[in-house]
Amino acid sequence: MDLLFLADFSVIRPEPGLLIWTLIIFVLFWWLMSKFAFRPIQEGLKKREHDIQNSLDAAKMAREELANLQAHNEELLKQAQEERAMILREAKEAKETIIQEAKDRAKEEAKKIVLSAKQEIEHQKLEALTNIKNEIGQMAINIAEKVVHQKLQDSKESTNLVDQLVKEINFNN
Amino acid sequence: MRRILVSLLCLVALAIALPAQSHQEGAEHSANQEETHGEGGHDCACHEDEAYDPGASAFHHISDANVFHIAGEIYLPLPCILYAPGQGLSVFLSNKFHFHEHGNGAYAVDGYVLNHGEVMRVAQAGFPMEGEVAIECFTETHTEDGKTINQVIYEGQCYNLDKKTSYDGGIMGGGVTSFYDFSVTKNVFTMLLTFVLLFFLLRAAAKGYQTNDGKAPKGIQAFIEPVFLFIRDEVAIPFLGAKYERYLPYLMSIFFFILGLNLIGQLPIFPGSGNVTGNLSVTAVLAVIAFVVVNLSGNKNYWQHIFNMPGVPGWIKIILTPVELLGIFIKPLTLMLRLFANITAGHIVIIIFVSLIFIFGKAGESIGGSALGGVMAVPLTMFMMSIELLVAFIQAFVFCILTASYIGAAVEEHHEHH
Repeated sequence: MDLLFLADFSVIRPEPGLLIWTLIIFVLFWWLMSKFAFRPIQEGLKKREHDIQNSLDAAKMAREELANLQAHNEELLKQAQEERAMILREAKEAKETIIQEAKDRAKEEAKKIVLSAKQEIEHQKLEALTNIKNEIGQMAINIAEKVVHQKLQDSKESTNLVDQLVKEINFNN
Repeated sequence: MRRILVSLLCLVALAIALPAQSHQEGAEHSANQEETHGEGGHDCACHEDEAYDPGASAFHHISDANVFHIAGEIYLPLPCILYAPGQGLSVFLSNKFHFHEHGNGAYAVDGYVLNHGEVMRVAQAGFPMEGEVAIECFTETHTEDGKTINQVIYEGQCYNLDKKTSYDGGIMGGGVTSFYDFSVTKNVFTMLLTFVLLFFLLRAAAKGYQTNDGKAPKGIQAFIEPVFLFIRDEVAIPFLGAKYERYLPYLMSIFFFILGLNLIGQLPIFPGSGNVTGNLSVTAVLAVIAFVVVNLSGNKNYWQHIFNMPGVPGWIKIILTPVELLGIFIKPLTLMLRLFANITAGHIVIIIFVSLIFIFGKAGESIGGSALGGVMAVPLTMFMMSIELLVAFIQAFVFCILTASYIGAAVEEHHEHH
């Protein structure tokens, strides 16, 4: 204790002046700082926290929407692919039927052509045969004419034959 | 609401009653002094200063003053607001004392003198109590019971001096004396300066939330924000829960006020060096405000736990209730002493380390000794200052977190299990 008295340890003595000034200054500090610093900072921080939360929520929602959209797109793509495959298949089928039809038609046509060619050939053959027959008939007639011509010159028989023939003609008529 | 009003009324009544009582005591005290010492004017002569006393030097450097020592013989004059019952109010700038070496005034003003930067008042009759008079020097005398009495020598005669009034009841060498000092002292000046600095710093940070809205924090805002968030998320929310926002400005004020004063007190040169949080008057006010805030916040549950602890047998309550009741006062008391003791101890240790230079150098006689002292003092002081820097943050944080825990206990809702 003696040391304290001798050295005058004044900081431990509560002095009215310092007490009052500290009270005034601290209360003023508290009031002014609350109004101009601490409340605005707290509001700012809360607003930012709120904004961050909102942004995160929005990002999450956007991500979900994007995922949905992607799923939808994939669905569409799948459908399109299926459609394409179907169209291709149909086209192939159509091609095959067309080719088949064409082939059939061609066959028929060919058949017809062959048929008509055959008929033509038959026709030609008949014509040729007829011509030949006619030729041969003519030649036979000519030969016969010549034979008859010679026979008529010397016998009465011939006259008889002619007569007979004439008669026959009449009968035939 | 009614409880708050009643408490406020009690406080106001106390505030009015205390100074009135002290005035009476003061009058009695000075009357006693007049009786015991009687008329001043024993023959005295000025003599050289005694040998260097590191203890006294340390106490002088941490104490409050009515001038602000800047460097060498340059002092910043501070306003003196002095009140002596019977004489009235004296208001003037402290350079009216014409201070010179060691913050001693060459003149007395209205019976007040400036002794080592501290205003004192002549307590013995025979000294001119009006206007300015030139004085010779200061000395001190010791009474039989070991007390030191400061004296001023005027026209070859000694006059006893009164220190300013303090409410320590004479235990700490103070007591109610013949005058009250309401001056803007070095500590008050430091507080005002810290207030202004913190206001602009925190205001700039707060403005950042408007200018940088929707952007990342920048500049001062980015500097303050982590500290603010730390106190909010580690102190306010864990202790106060959902009600934290109501007490947040108070907790922030405590933290930044104490931290600012601790840090500015660390600076060894002007405008630092003011030992504000190492002064019991300052920590006492902070503790009283904490006491008021805690007890005004106390809900039914809080008071029930003090006066009628649930789930405890009746006979234990006889012991428990006084203990709990004492606890209400002991809690802020520890807040007051912890901050004061930590900061004061740090400052004293630093001053003692620096004193090594003077002790080894025999106050300037031995250059080699001074050099040796310097070699020892510099690393020791640097080490101590690093610790002090840590303590500045820790003590601000501790005051804040303990206040938050006391408020938290006062506003806590009832739980079934304890």
